[in-house]
Amino acid sequence: MPKTAPRPQFLKSLTGIRGFDEISLGGLPRNRTTLVMGGPGTGKSVFALQSLVGAAGKYKQPGILVAFEENIEAIFANAAAFDWKLPALVKKKRLYFMNAQLSPAFVSSGDFDLGGMLAMLEAKQMEIGAKWVVFDGIDVLLSLLRTPRAKMREIYRLRDWLTRRELTSIITSKIEAAGDGTDTSNYGFMQFMVDCVVRFDRRMEQGIPVRRLEISKYRGSNFAPGEYPLSFGPHGMEVASPGPTDVPQHASTERVSTGFPGLDEMLGGGLFRGSSTLITGAPGTSKTTLAGLFAESACKRGERTLFVSFDEGGERVRRNLRSVGIHLDSHMKSGLLQMYSGRTDAVNPEEHLIRIAALIAEHKPRCMVVDPLSAIARTGALSSARAIGNRLIYKLRDHYITAVITALVEGQNPSAEATELQISTIADSWIQLSYLVCGGERNRALTIVKSRGTGHSNQVRELVLSDNGLALSEVYSSGGEVLMGTLRWEKEAEDKSRALVSEAEFGQKRRELQFAEADTTARITALQLDLERQRAALALNTRTDVARDLTSGAHQTEVRRLRGGNGVREAAEPGKRRSANVAKSRGNGNGRERVRGS
Amino acid sequence: MAPKRSKQAAKSPVTTVVVMRLYVAGRAPNSVKAIANLEAICREHLKDAYKLEIVDVCEHPRRALDDGVLVTPSLAKLSPKPSANVIGNLSDTSSVLAALGLTSVP
Repeated sequence: MPKTAPRPQFLKSLTGIRGFDEISLGGLPRNRTTLVMGGPGTGKSVFALQSLVGAAGKYKQPGILVAFEENIEAIFANAAAFDWKLPALVKKKRLYFMNAQLSPAFVSSGDFDLGGMLAMLEAKQMEIGAKWVVFDGIDVLLSLLRTPRAKMREIYRLRDWLTRRELTSIITSKIEAAGDGTDTSNYGFMQFMVDCVVRFDRRMEQGIPVRRLEISKYRGSNFAPGEYPLSFGPHGMEVASPGPTDVPQHASTERVSTGFPGLDEMLGGGLFRGSSTLITGAPGTSKTTLAGLFAESACKRGERTLFVSFDEGGERVRRNLRSVGIHLDSHMKSGLLQMYSGRTDAVNPEEHLIRIAALIAEHKPRCMVVDPLSAIARTGALSSARAIGNRLIYKLRDHYITAVITALVEGQNPSAEATELQISTIADSWIQLSYLVCGGERNRALTIVKSRGTGHSNQVRELVLSDNGLALSEVYSSGGEVLMGTLRWEKEAEDKSRALVSEAEFGQKRRELQFAEADTTARITALQLDLERQRAALALNTRTDVARDLTSGAHQTEVRRLRGGNGVREAAEPGKRRSANVAKSRGNGNGRERVRGS
Repeated sequence: MAPKRSKQAAKSPVTTVVVMRLYVAGRAPNSVKAIANLEAICREHLKDAYKLEIVDVCEHPRRALDDGVLVTPSLAKLSPKPSANVIGNLSDTSSVLAALGLTSVP
């Protein structure tokens, strides 16, 4: 279990403090001395005691605590807040507490030393087989020694004894702010003497205390440099370690529904399993509703889900979601769903993260909602809130949890979020909800800003919230502007009437064209007929002409033969006969017989 | 000066015996000094009206632990009441006398 130390001959002892064993690359130097320093209330004593408890409980290495500052009763009372079971460990002789408080009634007369105390500790060490020892509040003891020389002498004595006894030891020492007369040369010497130095710090950031620790020295070993935030949970102190430095390579192509078919469709089938989705938006843009849909659908699939809400109790969240048809109560009862509600006005963001981490470890969710993450940035320290946002997402990714995280964006600038929490860059998908104010209305709009590894709609959709739940409407864009609400309705109606008009116009046009076509065809037919008539007339004309030419000579000859007269008289005769013929044909059908007969 | 003090001291506590216990750490310099300093004080101020037990913590660590000893040398005045504790090599005689209740005027 212990990580391999950079140098094999250099051994470390695990403290069991979550996070610290990681940044120290395996715990404290074994059989050597660690100096823990910091101001009052920074967590030095808890660190030291928890190391002892961890060693005694988890690793079965007994330990001794020498309390210079606090009395044993107070230590037990403080430790009762954690699940350490101190009395049981004391009973099992895994832990021994030495009350080394020098009461104010003690009169000091001349120089003294630690020889006697160390002799007593030696006896106790042999009795319980102690491997660890803690000197808590060594500064109290040193303050009784009057000369720097004496202090140095006793520190040396202590160090020599610890080395001889092969004890892994922690010495805690208070340091006040500089300039209050503290003999800092002493601490400089102590830091030089020990093998490892851990500094604790407590600062107020925007009204919220933030505790941090830093390993400032580790002789012969590498360690993670920098300050790490810490907080106190049910198991004691936890240090926010950066976690695994390498990004997990596993990338799923499994899709997880958002619980909202329209959105799934826009995302090309849903969210990727294990991805983190950020939903940003102004107040009231239905962020929580979307998150609730996701949680509900996860529970319906039978997946364990964790719903983290900030500044709003689980009961209220469920009630509000009920009003839009999202029912989480039954899943809460069945144990599939767990809710965590954190206040952001009193607890620093770091502690929330640690509590969430503990919940993840206990509940083992596959899906998770954080609503809204921006709350931790609102009241707490922004710099740490940012780091926490990132670490939370990395943690979820490490645990392969599909997460929907909402963030509130105040004002109209959608990129405000990016500058505030800066988590949009590491989230896999980013859905932006916004109000578009247009034509005297506010309407909700949904856009997918990004979605890694998948094609997604680039369209702005209108989010319509009703008693039936959410729906996404196609939006109209007109002249580069997205139309929503009544404007959309108007546009729809307008488009509809326009379509009717254009249909009518089209029909009209068609009829006109049909008419024109018919007209032309008719005209062509008429012309054709005319042409034929003319041709016929021409043909007739030609025929009669030829016939006349052919017959005129013979006709005249015959007429002459019959009459025997001259040409002049006879010329008038055919005219007379013809007119008589015509008169006769105008009468009844008998006319012909008569002609024949005549 | 010394005889005068001796008289004063001898006046009141002559009837009561002061019971003390001195915890030392072997032959450590401060412990050796403490024994010498205490014996001198007793000779001068208590005559024979005292009982002194010297406990070597190195030899009896369990007992010292049970007695709540922290540093050495360390002197405990067990009776008469009130009890008192003095730590150090007892080189500051006046503070020792005060702790033992041997000064007439505070």
